[in-house]
Amino acid sequence: MQPDQLIAKFQQKDESAFAELYERYSENILGVIHSILHDQELSEEVLQDVFVKAWNNASSYNSKKGRFFTWLLNIARNAAIDKTRSKAFKDSKQNQSAAFFVDILEDKNNFSSKVDAIGIKKYIEVLEPICKKVIQLLFFKGYTQKETAEELDIPLGTVKTRNRICINKLREVLGVT
Amino acid sequence: MIDIKEYIDSGVLELYVYGTLSEAESAEVSRLVALHPELKAEVEQIETALQQLTSAAAPSTPSSFESIRSKIQSKEEKYVIPLSRKRIPIAAYLGWAAAVLLLIVIGYQFSEGQKLEDKITTLEREQLLQQGKTDMAEEELAKANELLDVLRTKDIISVPLGAQEIAPEAYASIYWNKDTEKAYVDVRGLPNPPEGKVYQLWSLTLDPLTPTSMAVLDQYDANGTQLFEVDNPNASQAFGITLEPEGGSASPTLEQLYVLGVVEP
Repeated sequence: MQPDQLIAKFQQKDESAFAELYERYSENILGVIHSILHDQELSEEVLQDVFVKAWNNASSYNSKKGRFFTWLLNIARNAAIDKTRSKAFKDSKQNQSAAFFVDILEDKNNFSSKVDAIGIKKYIEVLEPICKKVIQLLFFKGYTQKETAEELDIPLGTVKTRNRICINKLREVLGVT
Repeated sequence: MIDIKEYIDSGVLELYVYGTLSEAESAEVSRLVALHPELKAEVEQIETALQQLTSAAAPSTPSSFESIRSKIQSKEEKYVIPLSRKRIPIAAYLGWAAAVLLLIVIGYQFSEGQKLEDKITTLEREQLLQQGKTDMAEEELAKANELLDVLRTKDIISVPLGAQEIAPEAYASIYWNKDTEKAYVDVRGLPNPPEGKVYQLWSLTLDPLTPTSMAVLDQYDANGTQLFEVDNPNASQAFGITLEPEGGSASPTLEQLYVLGVVEP
């Protein structure tokens, strides 16, 4: 459920509502940023920028245009991708090959209480390579369908449905159906 | 009306939550999600699954909100104007005056914009109202034309019903098509029936006088067309209308005979 009342208060610059939204979404947003930057310290820094930006632009969220989660997601992706263009980031990551969110999940041992860790681990096991790539590009990096199709060399028309199959699998193992 | 299942299966809702649709596409999905609870439930499940996935990708628990709080507060403090300055140069006054003026202008523009928006809303409402009236008028016109067509049929027999003692001003008309065994009775010339009473239409054969009930006109509507369509398979020689207790009577109350007319041979 989307906490509509909290969001309305947040848009009226209510700090305690904002604190609750932070509590609810900050881990998600950190996960998104980290899957782009693969750098814990830098990700934490960008996370703070994202929420400060959300606060300063609170009035620009409009539920008629999309979900609040999506709105935050877009701010986060843009901030993280901006960061990858900075010189400092390029210097530090020069020798690192592009990593996927699944690499993060595979390496990870401690999950927060918000996560069904067993479900997630199981998901990675059953996830097809194409799903890993589709979700990485479409969701974590915010590619368009066209960009995704070109990058993966698959027909444009299949991107949307393929992605749905991958997400259905995730929902299945997490029991979110 | 969209096919909900097909819409869900298309995978568009996932992309909606991802935020990878165009602004217009997103707005359209939002609109549909607000209309259909099944779509809303689906969107929330997708979001829940993605929240789990992204939480799992977080390298650590995020630092507490306090770090954000200090940032948004220090930012706001920057806007506080120092009051202790002794000498304020004229340029600053001018600057402030310009700013105030600008604010007034913006405020004025804003309120003008609001007024215009209100006006547009009012106009749109009026247009809707007018549209409704036009639709109704067209419907009534169509009904009237239909009726006219019926009354203009070649084989229709027109029988004027004249007033009787009880109501000297009353009149009514019957239009009877023997082929289709339909009759139309126009009761506009009758006074409104009193509470608890209804008009009843009778078909009469003479020699001997035998009344047959054709209809109880209990759908009487003072504002409607006051034209009723009734079946008449009888070999009517005359028609009469009496006032009867609610529900009608088995035989006419002749003291309450309002109008009567004979079918021309």
